[in-house]
Formats: sequence, structure tokens, C-alpha cells
Amino acid sequence: MSANLKPIAEGLWTDTNPPKLIGGRAADGKIVFPFPEGSAGDQYERYALAREGTLWSWTRQEFRPKPPYDGPEEFTPFLLGYIKIPGEAIVESWIVDAELEDLKLDMPMEFVLTPFDDTRSTFAFRPKS
Amino acid sequence: MSNVYIIGAGIHPFGRTPERSGRDQGAFAVREALADANLEWSDVDCAFGGSQASGNADIMVNDLGLTGLQFTNVKNGCATGGSALSSARAAIASGEHEIALAVGFDKHPRGAFNADPAAYGLPQWYGETGMMLTTQFFALKLQRYMQLHGITETTLGRVAEKSFRNGERADHAWRKTPIDLDTIMNSTMINHPLRKYMFCSPAEGGVALILASEKKVRELGADAIKVAAVAVRTRPPGSFEVFAPGLDVNEGEKPTTLASKAAFETAGIGPEDVSVAQLQDTESGAEIMHMAENGFCKDGEQEQWLAEGRTEITGRLPVNTDGGCIACGEPIGASGLRQVYENTVQLRGRGGARQVPGNPKTAYSHVYGAPGISGVAILEV
Repeated sequence: MSANLKPIAEGLWTDTNPPKLIGGRAADGKIVFPFPEGSAGDQYERYALAREGTLWSWTRQEFRPKPPYDGPEEFTPFLLGYIKIPGEAIVESWIVDAELEDLKLDMPMEFVLTPFDDTRSTFAFRPKS
Repeated sequence: MSNVYIIGAGIHPFGRTPERSGRDQGAFAVREALADANLEWSDVDCAFGGSQASGNADIMVNDLGLTGLQFTNVKNGCATGGSALSSARAAIASGEHEIALAVGFDKHPRGAFNADPAAYGLPQWYGETGMMLTTQFFALKLQRYMQLHGITETTLGRVAEKSFRNGERADHAWRKTPIDLDTIMNSTMINHPLRKYMFCSPAEGGVALILASEKKVRELGADAIKVAAVAVRTRPPGSFEVFAPGLDVNEGEKPTTLASKAAFETAGIGPEDVSVAQLQDTESGAEIMHMAENGFCKDGEQEQWLAEGRTEITGRLPVNTDGGCIACGEPIGASGLRQVYENTVQLRGRGGARQVPGNPKTAYSHVYGAPGISGVAILEV
């Protein structure tokens, strides 16, 4: 789907098929997302997060955010929320392929890449079919 | 530690005052507090204060007088006022000083609170994809809470309705026009389930409190309110705070529960002993959740409390008697001290149209803000 689009950031997800979000795992097993930038990352090894989780919370962004938001000028409200990936982390993410009314606490969700604008892709979760 | 008292309280009206800088509003509040305490600026031994966006507090000695006092600048985000109060209290309790000032002020333009990912140690994509908004955090924390504990959107509306109703009765409030429930429930959706009239706005204002030792209170014969406890706490592991692209899968305690427990322990009382409370209400859901986080009710009971009007001025536990942040707006450095100002007014019985009936004896205030700081103060007559 987003094959010709460039990822919105390097190192955010793996280039495997299917792709997975990249978190960090500390020596004690604690997992964080995203992988910490700079020297904070020295204490972590890269860890590919599972692609399935459950819906932890959600809302809808109704207006175009101020910068640093960098999406298309023509704004369409979008869903976002937190997905709990069992035993790993709770990840904030766009939610696609759903309406506000469809969303229910703890519903199964799956990882997907989605277009961000004409040239870039970002990550999202969608209800698992 | 010896007892510490508030003997003077001053406020510069919240809202918009184009002709006066943030710091000038702080200095205005200091003069009001001094007049209230019947003291001169030269009587003040030490001062603690600050703002988030209006510069250092100690510059105000240019206006107030070069008395040579010790003046410590505080810059602690939403806890600026709470940290100033905590420091002023400690300065007197330690026996080093007799009279101390705590002052907070700010002046934010309309639509302030833009966030820069780098300033928070976060990756640029987080901001670029439109997920770094404070309003989203409030909605996301609230959405989960409502789902888990059966809070309805109408209850959020009732909180805002009460705020505007109380604000009408407070001289220092910004929003003084009552707004009915229907209008609130039909106002523009910002981030579901939160609508326009459920949010507070960035604003301006200043608050000053004069604290004194027991010895000074006796000397002056002051109308004194005892500071029974002040506790400021930062976030523990696993708490859900603003600007978090990822959360710990093991959910933890909250800074508010930590600060609340510490303050109750110091004061030697419990939530059932409180007669009036000012709780952080950045939006109406925050007031709801903070009622439980501070121990005043169990999760989910707010639905019934609001329906029965238990947090009204005439209710069992009046909450945000001056309309809180929703009616007063939020000048970050002044907001926490406004709550303590309002509690001082209530305990002295000077609330006028918004006075809590029955001579309240114990007042509780709670401020919360980024990046996960909570400050609680308990006052007693």
C-alpha cells in the first residue's frame, strides 16, 4: 500500500515484511517505545514490537494542529489512540480504517503502514478484521 | 517544625490585561497581599516566586523596593506556585525567617502552549504526525477513565456548567457569564469527548501570599490561616503523562495520589475532614478524575456526585468555588496559588456570594501539570 512512500522517520519501523515498530529493550527486560534518541539509547537494544494489541484509549483530532504538525494543508480529522501490546508497551498511534463510533475499549488492533502525505508514510493501527 | 500561617492574600484579576505585563500583575498581587496583612514590603524577610513565560520574579524588587531581601526565583512549570509556597513555608518552619512571600504570575497569549518535540526530548515525527497536543492527552486519559468507570459526557458538561456559575460570583474570575448545559454539550468538539466549553484557556494573572511564623501572628494579631501541609511530587514509574509516545505496559501510581497521601499524612487528617476543595480542572474531565485521585470519592462515584450537586458551593464537598481554571483561565505560574488564595478567602469567611456555608474549617488545593507534577496544600482555620 505505501510501497512508494518514504517513511516519516528512519528507524521507526523495520524494513522487514511485514514491518514492525522498533522499540528498545533494557537489560532488565523493560521495553520502551520509541527507541530512545542519543546517548539515552546506549542502555537499550533494538526490539521489534509485536504487530497486534488491544485498544487502550482513543480520541479524534478535530482541527489542524499547529506546527510542528506537518500534514497536508487540507485537513481531515483523524483518529488516534493508545494500543496495548501485551507484555511489551502501550504505543500512541494513528488509528485508521475505523470510525469513532466503532472504537471500543480492549478491541483487537493490528499494525499497518498508512500514507501521511503525498510522499511519506507513517504507522497506524486498525481494528483487526 | 513550627507552625506556619498565611496572614495576607492578594490577587490580580485573571483573564486579559493588555496594559500590564505578567510581572506587573505579580507585583500588583504582592501589594494587595501586603495591604491585606497590614504590612510594608520592608517587613518581608524572604521571597520565592516565578512564572513560566513572564520572566524572573526577583526583578519586581525594582518596583516594590530595594530592601535587600533574599529573593529566590522558582521555575517549576505548573508547580511553580506550589514550589514557591512549599519553599516559603519551609523558610519559616525552619526558624530562619519570620515573614515570607510566595508569588506566581504569568501572561500567555491566546492559543499558547505550542510544543516543540526537541525541548521534551522527543522525536520530530511525534510532533509532525499531530500526536503531540496537550488536549489529546486530556482526552485520552479521560476516554479510558470514562469507559472503565461509567462516566457520561453529561457529567463532563455539569462540571463546566458549575465552573461558569461559580465564576460569575468571583471577582477575580475571567469567565463570568453562566453557560447552560445544552450550550456546553453542543459546543465545538476539540478532542472527543472534550468540547470547547469544557476546557480552560491560557490566560494572565498574579497571586501573592504572605506567610508568617506563629510568633509574628501573635505580635500582629493577624487574621491567620494555618498551612497544615504542602506536598509537591513528581511522577512515579508507569504514570500516564502528557507527551508520551509510549507508556509502560505496567500501569503505575500517579503524582497526584502521591502528593495527596503525603499532604494528608502531614496534616494528620483524611479526605472526609475537608470542607472545601480546589482541584486542577484543566478540563472538566480532570476535575472528575482528580476527585478520585485525591481520595474524595471512589472511581465512578463522580457520576452520582455531579447529578446530586454534591460539589456545588452548597453541596457536601464544594469543588472549585471560584470556577477553577475553567472560569479563571490558566496563567501557569499563578494558577496553583490562586487555589490557595481562594481557600484562604473561604476559610476567612470572605467569599461573599460564593462563600461556602457553615464556617468551613479545612480547605484542600491540588494543582497538576506537565510533565507530571502535582502539588497539594491543606489549610486549616
